[in-house]
Amino acid sequence: MKLDKIITSPSPWLEPGGPHDDIVLSTRVRLARNVAGRPFLNRLPPDEQQELEAYLKKAVLAAMKPDKYTWFELEDMPQVDRQCLVERHLISHELAAGKGERGVAVGPKQRIAIMANEEDHLRLQVYSSGLQLQEAWQEADAIDDRLEAQVIYTFSPKLGYLTACPTNVGTGLRASVMLHLPALVLTRQIEKVFNAVSRLRLAVRGLYGEGTQATGDVYQISNQASLGHTEQEILKTLGTVISQIIAYEKEARDALAAESPTALDDRLLRSWAILTHARVISSEETLALLSAVRLGIHLKRLKGVDIGTINDLFLMTRRGHIQKMRGAELGESERDVARADYIRKRLGTN
Amino acid sequence: MLCQRCHKQQATIHLTEILNDEKRERHLCEDCAREEGVAIKAQINLQDILSGMLEAHESTGRDASLCCPDCGITYAEFRSQGRLGCPHDYEVFAEPLQEVLEKVHGATEHVGKLPQRAGSDSRGQRELMQLRRQLQDAVETERYEEAARIRDLIHKKETAGETR
Repeated sequence: MKLDKIITSPSPWLEPGGPHDDIVLSTRVRLARNVAGRPFLNRLPPDEQQELEAYLKKAVLAAMKPDKYTWFELEDMPQVDRQCLVERHLISHELAAGKGERGVAVGPKQRIAIMANEEDHLRLQVYSSGLQLQEAWQEADAIDDRLEAQVIYTFSPKLGYLTACPTNVGTGLRASVMLHLPALVLTRQIEKVFNAVSRLRLAVRGLYGEGTQATGDVYQISNQASLGHTEQEILKTLGTVISQIIAYEKEARDALAAESPTALDDRLLRSWAILTHARVISSEETLALLSAVRLGIHLKRLKGVDIGTINDLFLMTRRGHIQKMRGAELGESERDVARADYIRKRLGTN
Repeated sequence: MLCQRCHKQQATIHLTEILNDEKRERHLCEDCAREEGVAIKAQINLQDILSGMLEAHESTGRDASLCCPDCGITYAEFRSQGRLGCPHDYEVFAEPLQEVLEKVHGATEHVGKLPQRAGSDSRGQRELMQLRRQLQDAVETERYEEAARIRDLIHKKETAGETR
């Protein structure tokens, strides 16, 4: 599959239909692995890095169905394309900004990505829509087995899979769930959730922007501990906490609708009105408004709006995608105009 | 230090306010800070935590100068970069890393998935790294016959692996 096609097609991890998709956008399972007998990336001489990338590309394509996977080299890729892959979560910021030979194999439906020469030699990630920790893990586990038939991993009986950063050692597993929590933010309960979560060795971060109120109210919660627990224990802890947060968010949504319906409708409809009529709109404002509209759809207070389109807009209105679709590099103010045009087109109010 | 508002809990939020050119320092616990509407930064970055932890880790001069004979990284370099240089570092820095692992993971031993075959024989892995360096030397000094011999040896060792 060509990069241009990948970048302009809908991203499967944002497609609605997964379990708890009113609150959970997607689940990701990532495994970090390194090839035995080689230094980690930050001590790998450039020529060895080049050789390793070729070796990994061959191994990955041999392990997977080569006709279903496409390998992309990052080194000579235009900045805007790299940005798009980051926005699609197919590669990390680290891989996008890295140096030297490095690449990524993108699998069917953009659900699987295997990065080579990131912080670790191999980073394999599987996305599922909605809350599907077990499914994503089983798939990642199976891919890991297939890769292992090609590549010998560096492994210590005591410390498990050895990684460049000791925060990933052991299972090399990072499972994360992306949650849309607008009602917990609106009712000012999100801090409470964070405090509880961080005590359980789980990490929280906003998907977009920084600080307490993540733009778009999308949060990513992941395990912090990768050593000393089995994969199943890690998934179970995370899954239990996520279920609890889903319940809190549901309660908060119901409370909002019951206690202040007029204020809520005002907010949702104003957001919809701006999205459908704005001529200039920033990325931050877009995310905030999309968040309100998404909430409105799930509370059945905004009717006739397709949730798939709204989810898709979370991605397609990002900086890289707006430029890619225009086929040109745009400055910030040009992007804000292009973004408003694109949103109106998608929402049928052109 | 106790919270200046409730005088009960430990103060963990330290604020400097400037009001009418007057500087005022306040020390609050999390609960009081929240009640006063102070936003607490919720973005948790693992790398920050690790760097902070490594900074806080009172490494003696002996630890800081620990150096891996294979990749050449020192413990001090690892502390500032947050990344290790090669798998052998886990053995060389075993002692100071113990505390880091304990803090990050609350554990120091792997109980998860086992690979079918793995380079768990650390001597074999180190040997491979050394062979690669020799190969590089041989190529740089145009000793191609030797380079070919080393290359074949690496290939043999790499494909043989170790079967568990």
